[in-house]
Amino acid sequence: MSDRGESGTVPVIRFREALRDAMAEEMRRDDRVFVMGEDIAVFQGSFKVTEGLLDEFGEQRVRDTPISENTIVGTGVGAAIAGLRPIVEIMTVNFALLALDQIVNHAAAIPYMFNGQMRVPMVIRMPGGGGHQLGPTHSHSFEALFLQVPGLLVACPSTPADGKALLKAAVRDDNPVVFIEHESLYGMRDEVPEGDRIQRFGEAAIRREGSDVTIVGILKMAHVAQEAADRLQTEHGISAEVIDPRTLRPLDLDTILDSVKKTSRAVIVEEGWPHGGVGANLSALIAEQGFDYLDAPIQRVTGADVPMPYSRRMEQAAIPHAENVIEAVLAATEGGLPREGTGGPR
Amino acid sequence: MAEFPDRDTCLDLLGRMALIRRFEEEAGRQYQRAKAGGFLHLAIGHEATIVGTVAAMRDDDYLIGTYRTHGHALARGTPAEQVMAELFGRENGTSGGRGGSMHIADVERRFMGGYGIVGGNLPLALGFALAIQYRGEDHVTVCMIGDGATNTGNFGEAMNMAALWKLPVVFLVENNLYGMGTAIERHSANTDLSRKAEGYGIEGERIDGMNVLEVRDRVSAHIGIARQQGPTLVEAFTYRYRGHSAADPENYRDKKEVKEWQEKDPVETFADRCREEGSLTDEEIAGVRDEADRTVKAAVEFADSSPEPALETLYDELYVVSETMGWYAVDERSPEPHRGEFGEQAPEHAKQLAERGAAYAEEEPEAAEIRPGVRG
Repeated sequence: MSDRGESGTVPVIRFREALRDAMAEEMRRDDRVFVMGEDIAVFQGSFKVTEGLLDEFGEQRVRDTPISENTIVGTGVGAAIAGLRPIVEIMTVNFALLALDQIVNHAAAIPYMFNGQMRVPMVIRMPGGGGHQLGPTHSHSFEALFLQVPGLLVACPSTPADGKALLKAAVRDDNPVVFIEHESLYGMRDEVPEGDRIQRFGEAAIRREGSDVTIVGILKMAHVAQEAADRLQTEHGISAEVIDPRTLRPLDLDTILDSVKKTSRAVIVEEGWPHGGVGANLSALIAEQGFDYLDAPIQRVTGADVPMPYSRRMEQAAIPHAENVIEAVLAATEGGLPREGTGGPR
Repeated sequence: MAEFPDRDTCLDLLGRMALIRRFEEEAGRQYQRAKAGGFLHLAIGHEATIVGTVAAMRDDDYLIGTYRTHGHALARGTPAEQVMAELFGRENGTSGGRGGSMHIADVERRFMGGYGIVGGNLPLALGFALAIQYRGEDHVTVCMIGDGATNTGNFGEAMNMAALWKLPVVFLVENNLYGMGTAIERHSANTDLSRKAEGYGIEGERIDGMNVLEVRDRVSAHIGIARQQGPTLVEAFTYRYRGHSAADPENYRDKKEVKEWQEKDPVETFADRCREEGSLTDEEIAGVRDEADRTVKAAVEFADSSPEPALETLYDELYVVSETMGWYAVDERSPEPHRGEFGEQAPEHAKQLAERGAAYAEEEPEAAEIRPGVRG
């Protein structure tokens, strides 16, 4: 790798390559690990995340499947129970709805309902998110759907380095992990340290230190939160702390509460829908456990409460941007009235 | 058909069938007395299909079933005490009281469980078979489903993928002619279920599921194919004498039909043949039944005296808390609290909630009037 980061020693690679490297390294380390999904082998992945894996590991361990989401996931569950470590790719998060039976009724429930007789050590990778004009069946954000299910772990990485280190952790974890990737981040280039780096689940990252307001963002919204924080500093003189939880279950609530204790204000940014969403959950937890720290109502910035529209302008209007976050922060810091913080058109 | 089996084999097959019959009758009684809760799906009438199939399997083969699997566990050797204790929701049940009647499993004996979602077990069977193939082992997976499951999307997906990948799996349909309360002519466009294999290019065969020897011999042949080449589909014609679940009023079928099938009773006809062929004496047959009686009686006593699961185990077994990964707190109410003023009381709070829920359950009215409908 000739491309090195600022330090000159850490390689700079794309998010999709970081994920691919994580899988390849885990497959080299442990021959029980295999990858399975639609178009992942010969076609090399619809988002090219599995590029090169077939060449190195062969058809036994890099398996193209029929278009049969529920059975792909269920086969992974069975294989995990029988001692393998499957990584299953679902082409986009919307298609995971076809596999919800196996994810919720089987992967998540089996360890508990058989009292620990069976374990399901598998990873279900699924890209999602809007921004590519893919319309209402290929663009959604279902983190909250999986977050709700006891028995699952949910990872939402926002940087290539975290993507790699969290995916490696997910493969080694003995629980079923829903691993959500954002399609807009696959091309993102950043420093990814070489070597066997593992990011423990349940450890949030503080992306930016600040003292006036805490902004929590996941996936692409972690970057939107940072952009907003930078502009808040220069344009409004507001010092925002930005936290990326990295995993939603387990959730590092400690780091978030510590930050809110310091800043007294909280704004949560997500691309998913407002009702029953990640922000709704986080907002409830902060209110329940950190009410006394708060000087203003918690603000939520979410995707618009509609199926994702196709038209470029409408789609962009439905996805939160830094402007929406800035508005929410201004409302929180002015001690403003509770307001609806959707990213949709107003 | 091969020659009639010897005395020990007859005792074994008849013993397992008699135990299942006796167990299921008693489970029905215990359900009426509200000792067993939830849904209860009895397999009375299916004994030959279950026992014949299990008799064709090796101990290291995987068996997976549906929500009607008390008999499958018993046939596989799971102690009746543990199965009954699971129906009673007790700590010593096969699933520690977390699964109930529909979710019995005994992984040690490679009985990989009963599953409450119709057709939901099909992909799991593929996974076991894939693991076998991946490791180059020679085990097989037998996946038992009902006639109703052959109409699910999973059936088509799983048959295709198993055939495509030549997985060592035998799909065995326990065709008891009803998908819940709907007769097969009313639920399946093609009622010759063995022919559903054709579309996937694999072998399908229809067999007499009331004849334990035929089931054993034919399933044995199919297991042989699965070990060598890949999947097959067996449709065993059987019948359930009771309703779909214990809550089923059975107004969708004629009592005469039930009587006709009872004349082909799998336990009685096999006992008769053992007698006729000279393999077993009347005393030996009576002995088998007494043994089943004693076992089931002891199972009820065991289940009744088995403790309720301790409430502090409410969160146990949900996750593997891995030392290498280091994360620990998953649920904000669970025993490893987050900081924050409320968090410190989290373990106590979780326990209180569990206790309150349990207290409420005890105040609830018992038995019949709150039983849900046929579905389940």
